[in-house]
Amino acid sequence: MSAEHDPAQRVAIGISFGNSYSSIAFTTAEGKAEVIANEDGERQIPSILSYVEGEELHGGQAKSQLVRNAKNTVAYFRDFLGQEFKSIDPTPCHQSAHPVQHESTIAFKIRDTAEDKENEVTVSEITTRHLKRLRSSASNYLGKDVNAAVITVPTNFSNAQKEALNKAAKEAGIEVLQFISEPVAAVLAYDARPEAKMADKIIVVADLGGARSDVAVIASRGGIYTVLATVHDYEVTGLKLDQVLMDHFAKEFLKKHKSAGDPRENDRALAKLRLECEAVKKALSIGTSANFSVESLVGGIDFTATINRTRYDLLGNKLFAAFVRLVTHAVEKAELDPLDISEVIIAGGNANTPKVASALGAAFPESTTILAPSTSATAINPSELSVRGAAIQASLVQEFELEDIEQSTHPMVTVTPHLSHAVGVLCISGEESSGIFHPIIDAETPLPVRRIAIIATPKEGGDVLIKLAEGSRHIKVTKPEPKPKKKSEDDEDDSDEDESDEEEELREKTWKVGKVLSEAAIKGIKKGGKVEVQINIAADLGVNAIFREVGGKGGVRGIIQPPKATQNGSA
Amino acid sequence: MASVQVSLPLPVLPQGWAADRDFKPIGHLSDANDRNIEPVGPHFLAHARRKRHKRTFSEDDRIQAQVNVKKVEDDDEDDISEPEDPLMLQREAKDWKGQDHYAVLGISKYRHRATEDQIKRAHRKKVLKHHPDKKAAAGGTEDDQFFKCIQKATEVLLDPVKRRQFDSVDEAADVEPPTKKETQKGNFYKLWGKVFEAEGRFSNVHPVPKLGNEKSTKEEVENFYDFWYNFDSWRSFEYLDEDVPDDNESRDQKRHVERKNQNARRKKKTEDTARLRKLVDDCLALDERIKKFRQQEHAQKNKRRIEKEAEQKRLAEEAAKAKEEQAKLQAEKEAAEKAEKADAKKAKEAAKNAAKKNKRVVRGAVKEGNYFHGAGDAPASQIDSALHDVDAIITRIDNEELATLTGKLNGKKDAGEIKQILQDEVKRLVGAGKLKEGEMKSLS
Repeated sequence: MSAEHDPAQRVAIGISFGNSYSSIAFTTAEGKAEVIANEDGERQIPSILSYVEGEELHGGQAKSQLVRNAKNTVAYFRDFLGQEFKSIDPTPCHQSAHPVQHESTIAFKIRDTAEDKENEVTVSEITTRHLKRLRSSASNYLGKDVNAAVITVPTNFSNAQKEALNKAAKEAGIEVLQFISEPVAAVLAYDARPEAKMADKIIVVADLGGARSDVAVIASRGGIYTVLATVHDYEVTGLKLDQVLMDHFAKEFLKKHKSAGDPRENDRALAKLRLECEAVKKALSIGTSANFSVESLVGGIDFTATINRTRYDLLGNKLFAAFVRLVTHAVEKAELDPLDISEVIIAGGNANTPKVASALGAAFPESTTILAPSTSATAINPSELSVRGAAIQASLVQEFELEDIEQSTHPMVTVTPHLSHAVGVLCISGEESSGIFHPIIDAETPLPVRRIAIIATPKEGGDVLIKLAEGSRHIKVTKPEPKPKKKSEDDEDDSDEDESDEEEELREKTWKVGKVLSEAAIKGIKKGGKVEVQINIAADLGVNAIFREVGGKGGVRGIIQPPKATQNGSA
Repeated sequence: MASVQVSLPLPVLPQGWAADRDFKPIGHLSDANDRNIEPVGPHFLAHARRKRHKRTFSEDDRIQAQVNVKKVEDDDEDDISEPEDPLMLQREAKDWKGQDHYAVLGISKYRHRATEDQIKRAHRKKVLKHHPDKKAAAGGTEDDQFFKCIQKATEVLLDPVKRRQFDSVDEAADVEPPTKKETQKGNFYKLWGKVFEAEGRFSNVHPVPKLGNEKSTKEEVENFYDFWYNFDSWRSFEYLDEDVPDDNESRDQKRHVERKNQNARRKKKTEDTARLRKLVDDCLALDERIKKFRQQEHAQKNKRRIEKEAEQKRLAEEAAKAKEEQAKLQAEKEAAEKAEKADAKKAKEAAKNAAKKNKRVVRGAVKEGNYFHGAGDAPASQIDSALHDVDAIITRIDNEELATLTGKLNGKKDAGEIKQILQDEVKRLVGAGKLKEGEMKSLS
């Protein structure tokens, strides 16, 4: 099985392998990604394996074993893969099998056979078993033997970790076509929707996962993605949100039953509490109140309580604020302003929490779209984002030879010069004589690039001057005034000034004209005619520009030599 | 690629602006930042294609467009049209049961592999050519027999049930098993592989394992034969049924024919199963790999046995050797002991002789020393006591001391010297506690 497959016989799926949950998806003949449910009907399959008398349980069944059989249940192991014992954080595993050092890697001491004997099972072996189960679920669903996959990994997954995952996948009979990073997969999932428009935009992917949170700032330029900045956090996580709820319910319990012990001090009670709190958290994403109910929590006492969403929002306020800080920090790290961000994609299971979306929405200007289930009806299920992206990528690359894929993902191909400044034209406006910059190609666009712009001309037609220039984005801060000054050419739409009562400063995105690159003239334009400008920028920064009237013949062609070449360059 | 729409108007060309061909380069772009783009998505694929083949945007557009156009053309082009056999054109439509539907439609090279789409297109091609109206218009006869054949063939082949029935008895798709002689030329896998590929079309189970080649593993080979011995076939023989009379007059006749058909089908099915079984048997008998695996197994078993025997033999030999060695050691030891004993005896004898000789010397010395009596003949008593004393010395010293004493006395003629030596000896013995002072009368 480990051999390379003939691309024609490949059945490839997308796998998102997370610390808490994994999911699998495939692309239908119509090119739509569909998430596969396992035998128990779970689309989010807990990345947990449990062993009972030599029988292997997986997914939700294994998760329920955390209460009774915690010592033989392995959970939260993804981040341990390919790591050394000294560099791992075993906190999330506290409630399940504990990791131990095994030679140069990490293992779990579990009874995975019927014998009454503890075996040391390495993390890569556990991963192999987990992937095998995922593979068999997908194979059963598709009726075809799945033998290849695109797997998503966090952006900070090291080569050693990828190598270890690749090996584990190979053992499980899966040929890894490509590793793609989770945030980019999420963007791809959105961009692959038929109604998606291709635009140059900057997207923030905020992934609030179970054991970790990752934020990535991605520039999408003509469908090519460049990661501008990433932030990883192991503190602001979904497990912490569970913890908040657990503390809350534990206190409620103690209030009612003073004599009974603290459920947090009893292993089994803690596990029950944790499982139920996760369920409550999920219920609160959908409804405005949820029931908490555990039978025999401590000392045989059943406990039921209700919680409403407002209370939960208050309890988790600190964490939500921390998450927002994390996202804004990522934007700062990319040396951008919230105004530059056109979309925020919230991924991960906790993105379902409405408060997360609303808190992020408050942190970004109104021009920014927040893509989360609670703010946008068309949002894709945030837990399925990366797996859908992986499935789409799998369908794109599955007919290529592995070698071909490797060559295409080689740094020779992926390292590309990116424009440091936006390039655009100078248009006139009433007040400024120098003209107003209008970008045609944004900064951080990978080269080579080709863009076409259609520009209006004066009403009466005639001869026009086209100045190409570099521009830099500038954030203009104005103190609140009764009549805020508006720039109609700005992308954002500030016409509704509801917040103008508040003592808040008004921030706008404006452009500063930088170096002028060239001038060109088009003569004799008809009334109401338009000018088409096509700009080609090569990887060596040489510019090839074509200016012509829309519908007209001929036109002007010009070449700007790359910076280090001779100064005289005219066509 | 989407274009940017700019609604603000462009400035009017200032007076006196002039440039060569209306274009004036002024500045250069600022330096670019190198960043990693994510190898994901359809647009990246296009980027990678351009970069790897060093194409520009427009080149890539053109090449991709050509690739796409070709695909469409291929679809139209690869159409299937085999020229009709003149004999086939003579067929009567009422004999449709006997016709080869695939040949009629001109797709006999595809047969059971033909897709529905191919059948439809083939049908269309044939209709265009053989439509009776066309023939009539061209002044031909009104012969629509072959056209009816075409229609019938399409009807059968486009109905999955009927098509399966026809495929079941489609002997033209069968591959004759090769004879033993043919396979001996070394193309066993090629010839038999084709046979099983053709038979595999009846399988309910997919995928059908391949015969493989001489390098196939034992597991693969076993899997292959297991599959064929437990072959699950959908083949049925309704197509060969005798026509059931559909007149209502004789129900009995109808039932009789139906029963006959049932029996015939069953019989044919049994025969087919038997035929397949024999086919697999034949192949198995000729399969070199089975022999090879058997030999390997034997070799393995033999190897184990031989190893075991060798081990036993080696153990036995070792035991015998050890025993021999021990016996040899024993014998050597005994011999050594004997020799030692003899040596000891001899040495004792020699020592005794030496002692005797020494004693003689000592006694001689006493005599030489005139029995410690000054000058003149010694009186008998003096001789007696001297001899007595010397004897006492001799009995009290051991052989070695005796030898040294003898060494000292040897060749001494002077009576005084001799006496002195003996007195020294006495003194030494007294010192060693072997003699008592004054015991020696003559040597005091």
